[in-house]
Amino acid sequence: MSEQIDARGLSCPQPVLLTMEKIKTMGRGELIVLVDTEASRENVGRAVQKQGWSLQCVTENDGEYALTLTKG
Amino acid sequence: MKNFFASRTGVIVVGGLIGVFAALLQFWGNPGNMGVCVACFERDIAGAVGLHRAGVVQYMRPEIIGFVLGALGASLVFGEFKPRLGSAPITRFILGAFAMIGALVFLGCPWRALLRLAGGDGNALFGLAGLVVGVWIGTLFFKGGYNLGRTQKTYGSAGVLFPLIMAFFLLLMLIYPQIQGEPKSGVLFYSVKGPGAMHAPLIVSLLVGLGVGVVAQRSRFCTMGAFRDLILFKQAHLFSGVVALLALAFIANLVLGQFKPGFAGQPVAHTQELWNFLGMVLAGLCFALAGGCPGRQLFLSGEGDGDAAVFVIGMIVGAAFAHNFGLASSPKGVGPHGIAAVFIGLAVCLFIGFTMRRKAA
Repeated sequence: MSEQIDARGLSCPQPVLLTMEKIKTMGRGELIVLVDTEASRENVGRAVQKQGWSLQCVTENDGEYALTLTKG
Repeated sequence: MKNFFASRTGVIVVGGLIGVFAALLQFWGNPGNMGVCVACFERDIAGAVGLHRAGVVQYMRPEIIGFVLGALGASLVFGEFKPRLGSAPITRFILGAFAMIGALVFLGCPWRALLRLAGGDGNALFGLAGLVVGVWIGTLFFKGGYNLGRTQKTYGSAGVLFPLIMAFFLLLMLIYPQIQGEPKSGVLFYSVKGPGAMHAPLIVSLLVGLGVGVVAQRSRFCTMGAFRDLILFKQAHLFSGVVALLALAFIANLVLGQFKPGFAGQPVAHTQELWNFLGMVLAGLCFALAGGCPGRQLFLSGEGDGDAAVFVIGMIVGAAFAHNFGLASSPKGVGPHGIAAVFIGLAVCLFIGFTMRRKAA
Protein backbone atom coordinates (compact mmCIF):
# COMPACT_ATOMS: atom_id res chain seq x y z
CA MET A 1 0.00 0.00 0.00
CA SER A 2 1.58 3.27 -1.03
CA GLU A 3 1.27 6.51 0.86
CA GLN A 4 -0.24 9.58 -0.77
CA ILE A 5 0.12 13.35 -0.54
CA ASP A 6 -2.41 15.73 -2.04
CA ALA A 7 -0.52 18.90 -2.94
CA ARG A 8 -3.02 20.09 -5.51
CA GLY A 9 -3.73 23.81 -5.32
CA LEU A 10 -0.78 24.50 -3.04
CA SER A 11 1.75 27.10 -4.09
CA CYS A 12 5.53 27.04 -3.89
CA PRO A 13 7.26 25.66 -1.85
CA GLN A 14 4.50 23.62 -0.17
CA PRO A 15 4.41 20.62 -2.55
CA VAL A 16 8.15 20.08 -2.21
CA LEU A 17 8.09 20.75 1.53
CA LEU A 18 5.30 18.21 2.16
CA THR A 19 6.99 15.62 -0.04
CA MET A 20 10.36 16.03 1.68
CA GLU A 21 8.80 15.72 5.14
CA LYS A 22 6.97 12.58 4.06
CA ILE A 23 9.95 10.82 2.49
CA LYS A 24 11.98 11.64 5.56
CA THR A 25 9.48 9.86 7.84
CA MET A 26 8.92 7.00 5.38
CA GLY A 27 12.58 6.26 4.75
CA ARG A 28 11.72 3.98 1.84
CA GLY A 29 8.70 2.65 -0.01
CA GLU A 30 6.26 4.10 -2.49
CA LEU A 31 4.73 7.55 -2.33
CA ILE A 32 2.18 9.10 -4.66
CA VAL A 33 2.15 12.90 -4.85
CA LEU A 34 -0.72 14.74 -6.51
CA VAL A 35 0.05 18.16 -7.98
CA ASP A 36 -1.73 20.41 -10.45
CA THR A 37 0.93 22.60 -12.01
CA GLU A 38 3.80 21.77 -14.29
CA ALA A 39 6.15 23.77 -12.05
CA SER A 40 5.26 21.69 -8.97
CA ARG A 41 5.70 18.50 -10.99
CA GLU A 42 9.22 19.56 -11.98
CA ASN A 43 10.10 20.81 -8.50
CA VAL A 44 9.00 17.66 -6.70
CA GLY A 45 10.74 15.43 -9.24
CA ARG A 46 13.96 17.42 -8.94
CA ALA A 47 13.92 17.52 -5.14
CA VAL A 48 13.31 13.81 -4.46
CA GLN A 49 15.97 12.60 -6.85
CA LYS A 50 18.57 14.36 -4.72
CA GLN A 51 17.31 12.26 -1.77
CA GLY A 52 17.85 9.00 -3.61
CA TRP A 53 14.21 8.52 -4.50
CA SER A 54 13.25 7.89 -8.09
CA LEU A 55 10.33 9.20 -10.05
CA GLN A 56 8.81 6.01 -11.44
CA CYS A 57 5.99 7.45 -13.45
CA VAL A 58 3.78 10.46 -13.95
CA THR A 59 0.18 10.04 -14.94
CA GLU A 60 -1.74 13.05 -16.16
CA ASN A 61 -5.44 13.45 -15.82
CA ASP A 62 -7.28 16.66 -16.71
CA GLY A 63 -4.30 18.92 -16.01
CA GLU A 64 -3.41 17.16 -12.76
CA TYR A 65 -0.43 14.92 -12.21
CA ALA A 66 0.08 11.88 -10.03
CA LEU A 67 3.78 11.33 -9.36
CA THR A 68 4.81 7.88 -8.23
CA LEU A 69 8.01 8.04 -6.18
CA THR A 70 9.90 5.03 -4.91
CA LYS A 71 12.95 4.11 -2.91
CA GLY A 72 13.80 0.47 -2.45
CA MET B 1 7.74 17.21 -24.45
CA LYS B 2 10.87 17.98 -22.48
CA ASN B 3 10.99 21.56 -21.29
CA PHE B 4 14.53 22.76 -21.97
CA PHE B 5 14.09 25.92 -19.95
CA ALA B 6 13.23 23.93 -16.80
CA SER B 7 16.69 22.32 -16.90
CA ARG B 8 19.71 23.74 -15.09
CA THR B 9 21.12 24.97 -18.39
CA GLY B 10 17.75 26.45 -19.26
CA VAL B 11 17.41 28.56 -16.14
CA ILE B 12 21.01 29.76 -16.55
CA VAL B 13 20.25 30.81 -20.12
CA VAL B 14 17.14 32.69 -18.96
CA GLY B 15 18.99 34.46 -16.13
CA GLY B 16 21.74 35.42 -18.57
CA LEU B 17 19.24 36.72 -21.12
CA ILE B 18 17.52 38.87 -18.49
CA GLY B 19 20.91 40.25 -17.40
CA VAL B 20 22.02 41.13 -20.92
CA PHE B 21 18.71 42.63 -22.00
CA ALA B 22 18.41 44.63 -18.76
CA ALA B 23 21.81 46.19 -19.46
CA LEU B 24 20.75 46.83 -23.06
CA LEU B 25 17.44 48.41 -22.01
CA GLN B 26 19.44 50.83 -19.86
CA PHE B 27 21.65 51.51 -22.88
CA TRP B 28 18.52 52.11 -24.96
CA GLY B 29 17.09 54.64 -22.52
CA ASN B 30 15.89 53.09 -19.27
CA PRO B 31 17.14 54.65 -15.99
CA GLY B 32 20.55 53.84 -14.47
CA ASN B 33 20.94 50.29 -13.12
CA MET B 34 17.22 50.00 -13.83
CA GLY B 35 17.11 48.24 -17.18
CA VAL B 36 14.39 46.18 -15.59
CA CYS B 37 12.99 46.68 -12.10
CA VAL B 38 9.65 45.09 -11.45
CA ALA B 39 8.94 47.13 -8.31
CA CYS B 40 10.06 50.45 -9.82
CA PHE B 41 8.18 49.80 -13.05
CA GLU B 42 4.96 48.85 -11.28
CA ARG B 43 5.40 52.03 -9.25
CA ASP B 44 5.76 53.97 -12.52
CA ILE B 45 2.55 52.32 -13.78
CA ALA B 46 0.76 53.38 -10.57
CA GLY B 47 1.95 56.89 -11.41
CA ALA B 48 0.94 56.66 -15.07
CA VAL B 49 -2.67 56.03 -14.07
CA GLY B 50 -2.50 58.73 -11.41
CA LEU B 51 -2.71 56.57 -8.29
CA HIS B 52 0.16 58.68 -6.99
CA ARG B 53 1.28 62.10 -8.21
CA ALA B 54 5.04 61.85 -7.82
CA GLY B 55 5.81 63.61 -11.09
CA VAL B 56 9.23 62.00 -11.59
CA VAL B 57 8.02 58.38 -11.59
CA GLN B 58 5.04 58.18 -13.94
CA TYR B 59 5.26 56.02 -17.03
CA MET B 60 3.28 53.06 -18.32
CA ARG B 61 6.18 50.59 -18.52
CA PRO B 62 5.69 48.25 -21.49
CA GLU B 63 8.16 45.74 -20.01
CA ILE B 64 5.66 44.83 -17.28
CA ILE B 65 2.85 44.48 -19.81
CA GLY B 66 5.13 42.30 -21.92
CA PHE B 67 6.06 40.05 -18.99
CA VAL B 68 2.42 39.23 -18.32
CA LEU B 69 1.35 38.85 -21.94
CA GLY B 70 4.48 36.86 -22.84
CA ALA B 71 3.81 34.47 -19.96
CA LEU B 72 0.17 34.21 -21.04
CA GLY B 73 1.22 33.34 -24.59
CA ALA B 74 3.78 30.76 -23.48
CA SER B 75 1.37 29.12 -21.05
CA LEU B 76 -1.34 28.90 -23.71
CA VAL B 77 1.01 27.42 -26.31
CA PHE B 78 2.46 24.84 -23.92
CA GLY B 79 -0.81 23.90 -22.26
CA GLU B 80 0.14 25.43 -18.90
CA PHE B 81 -2.54 28.10 -18.73
CA LYS B 82 -4.35 27.09 -15.53
CA PRO B 83 -6.93 29.56 -14.29
CA ARG B 84 -6.90 29.32 -10.50
CA LEU B 85 -7.54 31.53 -7.48
CA GLY B 86 -8.77 31.61 -3.92
CA SER B 87 -5.66 31.07 -1.78
CA ALA B 88 -5.91 33.86 0.80
CA PRO B 89 -6.26 36.79 -1.63
CA ILE B 90 -6.49 39.51 1.03
CA THR B 91 -3.28 38.24 2.64
CA ARG B 92 -1.54 38.28 -0.71
CA PHE B 93 -2.77 41.81 -1.37
CA ILE B 94 -1.34 43.05 1.94
CA LEU B 95 1.94 41.19 1.34
CA GLY B 96 2.14 42.78 -2.11
CA ALA B 97 1.61 46.24 -0.70
CA PHE B 98 4.28 45.86 2.00
CA ALA B 99 6.65 44.14 -0.43
CA MET B 100 6.45 47.27 -2.55
CA ILE B 101 6.91 49.58 0.43
CA GLY B 102 10.01 47.64 1.49
CA ALA B 103 11.36 47.60 -2.04
CA LEU B 104 10.85 51.37 -2.35
CA VAL B 105 12.73 51.99 0.90
CA PHE B 106 15.67 50.17 -0.71
CA LEU B 107 14.80 51.45 -4.21
CA GLY B 108 14.50 48.27 -6.19
CA CYS B 109 13.16 44.75 -6.46
CA PRO B 110 15.51 41.74 -6.25
CA TRP B 111 16.15 42.00 -10.00
CA ARG B 112 17.26 45.58 -9.60
CA ALA B 113 19.33 44.73 -6.53
CA LEU B 114 21.31 42.39 -8.79
CA LEU B 115 21.43 44.94 -11.61
CA ARG B 116 22.60 47.65 -9.24
CA LEU B 117 25.42 45.41 -8.06
CA ALA B 118 26.23 44.51 -11.67
CA GLY B 119 26.46 48.25 -12.39
CA GLY B 120 28.90 48.82 -9.53
CA ASP B 121 26.46 50.15 -6.90
CA GLY B 122 27.87 48.85 -3.61
CA ASN B 123 24.73 49.84 -1.69
CA ALA B 124 23.02 46.92 -3.39
CA LEU B 125 25.06 44.57 -1.18
CA PHE B 126 23.04 45.73 1.83
CA GLY B 127 19.81 45.24 -0.08
CA LEU B 128 20.78 41.74 -1.20
CA ALA B 129 21.83 40.85 2.35
CA GLY B 130 18.43 42.08 3.51
CA LEU B 131 16.70 40.02 0.84
CA VAL B 132 18.48 36.87 2.00
CA VAL B 133 17.61 37.54 5.65
CA GLY B 134 13.97 38.25 4.77
CA VAL B 135 13.71 35.03 2.76
CA TRP B 136 15.45 33.13 5.58
CA ILE B 137 12.84 34.37 8.09
CA GLY B 138 10.20 33.22 5.61
CA THR B 139 11.70 29.71 5.55
CA LEU B 140 11.43 29.55 9.35
CA PHE B 141 7.69 30.18 8.98
CA PHE B 142 7.46 27.48 6.31
CA LYS B 143 9.10 25.03 8.67
CA GLY B 144 6.56 26.05 11.29
CA GLY B 145 3.67 25.06 9.07
CA TYR B 146 2.86 28.44 7.53
CA ASN B 147 0.83 28.20 4.35
CA LEU B 148 -1.92 30.17 2.66
CA GLY B 149 -4.12 27.24 1.69
CA ARG B 150 -5.19 25.84 -1.63
CA THR B 151 -6.27 27.54 -4.81
CA GLN B 152 -9.37 26.48 -6.68
CA LYS B 153 -9.81 26.02 -10.38
CA THR B 154 -11.77 28.83 -11.91
CA TYR B 155 -13.17 30.10 -15.20
CA GLY B 156 -10.79 30.72 -18.04
CA SER B 157 -12.16 34.24 -18.22
CA ALA B 158 -11.13 34.86 -14.59
CA GLY B 159 -7.62 33.67 -15.46
CA VAL B 160 -7.28 36.20 -18.27
CA LEU B 161 -8.68 39.18 -16.34
CA PHE B 162 -5.27 40.43 -15.25
CA PRO B 163 -3.63 39.92 -18.67
CA LEU B 164 -6.61 41.82 -20.12
CA ILE B 165 -5.92 44.72 -17.77
CA MET B 166 -2.33 44.74 -19.06
CA ALA B 167 -3.51 44.64 -22.69
CA PHE B 168 -5.88 47.50 -21.91
CA PHE B 169 -2.99 49.52 -20.43
CA LEU B 170 -1.06 48.96 -23.64
CA LEU B 171 -4.07 50.10 -25.65
CA LEU B 172 -4.26 53.26 -23.51
CA MET B 173 -0.59 53.94 -24.33
CA LEU B 174 -1.35 53.70 -28.02
CA ILE B 175 -4.47 55.88 -27.77
CA TYR B 176 -2.71 58.44 -25.56
CA PRO B 177 0.94 58.38 -26.62
CA GLN B 178 3.56 60.46 -24.86
CA ILE B 179 3.72 64.07 -26.04
CA GLN B 180 7.21 65.57 -25.77
CA GLY B 181 7.41 67.91 -22.76
CA GLU B 182 3.81 67.31 -21.66
CA PRO B 183 3.10 65.72 -18.26
CA LYS B 184 -0.20 64.25 -19.41
CA SER B 185 -1.69 62.69 -22.51
CA GLY B 186 -5.38 61.90 -22.24
CA VAL B 187 -5.83 59.85 -19.06
CA LEU B 188 -2.15 58.90 -18.73
CA PHE B 189 0.57 60.73 -16.83
CA TYR B 190 4.06 60.87 -18.33
CA SER B 191 7.08 62.14 -16.36
CA VAL B 192 8.91 64.96 -18.09
CA LYS B 193 11.94 64.60 -15.84
CA GLY B 194 13.41 62.03 -13.44
CA PRO B 195 13.56 58.26 -13.87
CA GLY B 196 10.01 58.15 -15.21
CA ALA B 197 11.12 60.25 -18.19
CA MET B 198 13.90 57.79 -19.03
CA HIS B 199 12.78 54.90 -21.12
CA ALA B 200 13.69 52.81 -24.13
CA PRO B 201 11.39 53.14 -27.17
CA LEU B 202 7.95 51.61 -26.52
CA ILE B 203 8.29 48.85 -29.11
CA VAL B 204 11.73 47.82 -27.83
CA SER B 205 10.54 47.68 -24.22
CA LEU B 206 7.47 45.71 -25.21
CA LEU B 207 9.36 43.17 -27.34
CA VAL B 208 11.99 42.55 -24.66
CA GLY B 209 9.20 42.25 -22.09
CA LEU B 210 7.33 39.72 -24.21
CA GLY B 211 10.49 37.68 -24.81
CA VAL B 212 11.42 37.63 -21.14
CA GLY B 213 7.82 36.76 -20.27
CA VAL B 214 7.95 33.71 -22.53
CA VAL B 215 11.27 32.29 -21.32
CA ALA B 216 10.70 33.17 -17.67
CA GLN B 217 7.34 31.39 -17.69
CA ARG B 218 9.00 28.32 -19.17
CA SER B 219 11.91 28.35 -16.71
CA ARG B 220 9.99 29.40 -13.52
CA PHE B 221 12.79 31.91 -12.97
CA CYS B 222 12.42 33.41 -9.48
CA THR B 223 14.97 35.38 -7.48
CA MET B 224 13.22 34.82 -4.14
CA GLY B 225 12.85 31.11 -4.91
CA ALA B 226 16.57 31.01 -5.67
CA PHE B 227 17.51 31.95 -2.12
CA ARG B 228 14.58 30.09 -0.55
CA ASP B 229 15.43 26.78 -2.22
CA LEU B 230 19.08 27.20 -1.32
CA ILE B 231 18.23 27.79 2.36
CA LEU B 232 15.30 25.38 2.67
CA PHE B 233 16.36 22.50 0.41
CA LYS B 234 20.07 23.23 -0.29
CA GLN B 235 19.09 23.23 -3.93
CA ALA B 236 20.88 25.60 -6.29
CA HIS B 237 18.71 25.17 -9.40
CA LEU B 238 17.05 28.63 -9.44
CA PHE B 239 20.10 30.18 -7.78
CA SER B 240 22.22 29.34 -10.82
CA GLY B 241 19.85 31.52 -12.86
CA VAL B 242 20.33 34.41 -10.45
CA VAL B 243 24.13 34.07 -10.67
CA ALA B 244 23.85 34.07 -14.46
CA LEU B 245 21.76 37.25 -14.36
CA LEU B 246 24.35 38.99 -12.18
CA ALA B 247 27.34 37.77 -14.21
CA LEU B 248 25.93 38.55 -17.64
CA ALA B 249 24.59 41.95 -16.59
CA PHE B 250 28.04 42.75 -15.20
CA ILE B 251 29.76 41.73 -18.43
CA ALA B 252 27.22 43.60 -20.55
CA ASN B 253 27.67 46.69 -18.38
CA LEU B 254 31.44 46.52 -18.83
CA VAL B 255 31.03 46.23 -22.60
CA LEU B 256 28.51 49.08 -22.73
CA GLY B 257 30.56 51.33 -20.40
CA GLN B 258 27.86 51.27 -17.75
CA PHE B 259 29.94 49.84 -14.89
CA LYS B 260 30.71 52.56 -12.34
CA PRO B 261 31.84 51.17 -9.00
CA GLY B 262 31.16 53.08 -5.79
CA PHE B 263 28.64 53.90 -3.09
CA ALA B 264 27.87 57.61 -3.34
CA GLY B 265 26.13 59.16 -6.31
CA GLN B 266 24.78 55.93 -7.75
CA PRO B 267 21.70 56.32 -9.95
CA VAL B 268 18.32 56.16 -8.18
CA ALA B 269 19.94 54.95 -4.95
CA HIS B 270 20.76 56.19 -1.46
CA THR B 271 23.59 55.29 0.89
CA GLN B 272 21.73 54.60 4.16
CA GLU B 273 22.99 51.06 4.74
CA LEU B 274 20.59 50.12 7.52
CA TRP B 275 17.50 51.10 5.53
CA ASN B 276 18.77 49.54 2.34
CA PHE B 277 19.10 46.38 4.41
CA LEU B 278 15.85 46.54 6.39
CA GLY B 279 13.75 47.64 3.42
CA MET B 280 14.76 44.47 1.64
CA VAL B 281 14.32 42.31 4.76
CA LEU B 282 10.68 43.42 4.65
CA ALA B 283 10.36 42.91 0.89
CA GLY B 284 12.13 39.53 0.97
CA LEU B 285 9.91 38.28 3.78
CA CYS B 286 6.79 39.38 1.88
CA PHE B 287 7.98 37.66 -1.32
CA ALA B 288 8.74 34.47 0.61
CA LEU B 289 5.38 34.42 2.39
CA ALA B 290 3.61 35.04 -0.93
CA GLY B 291 5.64 32.41 -2.81
CA GLY B 292 7.42 34.44 -5.45
CA CYS B 293 9.54 37.47 -6.31
CA PRO B 294 7.74 40.31 -8.11
CA GLY B 295 8.82 39.04 -11.51
CA ARG B 296 7.59 35.53 -10.79
CA GLN B 297 4.26 36.93 -9.57
CA LEU B 298 3.84 38.64 -12.95
CA PHE B 299 4.59 35.43 -14.86
CA LEU B 300 2.19 33.47 -12.64
CA SER B 301 -0.46 36.13 -13.25
CA GLY B 302 0.04 35.56 -16.95
CA GLU B 303 -0.54 31.81 -16.64
CA GLY B 304 -3.91 32.34 -14.95
CA ASP B 305 -2.96 32.56 -11.26
CA GLY B 306 -5.47 35.06 -9.85
CA ASP B 307 -3.77 35.11 -6.45
CA ALA B 308 -0.48 36.20 -7.98
CA ALA B 309 -2.46 38.91 -9.82
CA VAL B 310 -3.86 40.10 -6.48
CA PHE B 311 -0.28 40.29 -5.15
CA VAL B 312 0.71 42.42 -8.15
CA ILE B 313 -2.27 44.74 -7.67
CA GLY B 314 -1.27 44.93 -3.99
CA MET B 315 2.20 46.04 -5.11
CA ILE B 316 0.75 48.72 -7.39
CA VAL B 317 -1.50 50.04 -4.62
CA GLY B 318 1.43 49.81 -2.18
CA ALA B 319 3.44 52.01 -4.55
CA ALA B 320 0.66 54.59 -4.48
CA PHE B 321 0.69 54.55 -0.68
CA ALA B 322 4.48 54.74 -0.67
CA HIS B 323 4.55 57.91 -2.77
CA ASN B 324 1.40 59.55 -1.40
CA PHE B 325 2.50 59.22 2.23
CA GLY B 326 6.25 59.75 2.05
CA LEU B 327 7.25 56.12 2.59
CA ALA B 328 9.44 55.76 -0.51
CA SER B 329 13.10 56.70 -0.43
CA SER B 330 14.80 59.10 -2.80
CA PRO B 331 18.49 59.57 -3.65
CA LYS B 332 18.59 61.83 -0.55
CA GLY B 333 17.61 58.93 1.73
CA VAL B 334 14.54 57.42 3.33
CA GLY B 335 11.21 59.21 3.15
CA PRO B 336 9.73 60.95 6.23
CA HIS B 337 7.63 57.91 7.15
CA GLY B 338 9.66 55.16 5.51
CA ILE B 339 11.17 53.90 8.75
CA ALA B 340 7.79 53.63 10.49
CA ALA B 341 6.39 51.82 7.44
CA VAL B 342 9.18 49.22 7.52
CA PHE B 343 8.46 48.39 11.16
CA ILE B 344 4.71 48.26 10.60
CA GLY B 345 5.31 46.00 7.59
CA LEU B 346 7.55 43.65 9.57
CA ALA B 347 4.95 43.47 12.34
CA VAL B 348 2.25 42.63 9.81
CA CYS B 349 4.45 39.90 8.29
CA LEU B 350 5.06 38.36 11.73
CA PHE B 351 1.32 38.45 12.40
CA ILE B 352 0.65 36.67 9.10
CA GLY B 353 3.48 34.19 9.53
CA PHE B 354 2.62 33.20 13.08
CA THR B 355 -1.15 32.99 12.69
CA MET B 356 -1.66 31.43 9.25
CA ARG B 357 -0.47 27.91 9.75
CA ARG B 358 -2.19 24.61 9.35
CA LYS B 359 -1.29 21.23 7.98
CA ALA B 360 -2.56 21.07 4.44
CA ALA B 361 -2.15 17.40 3.72
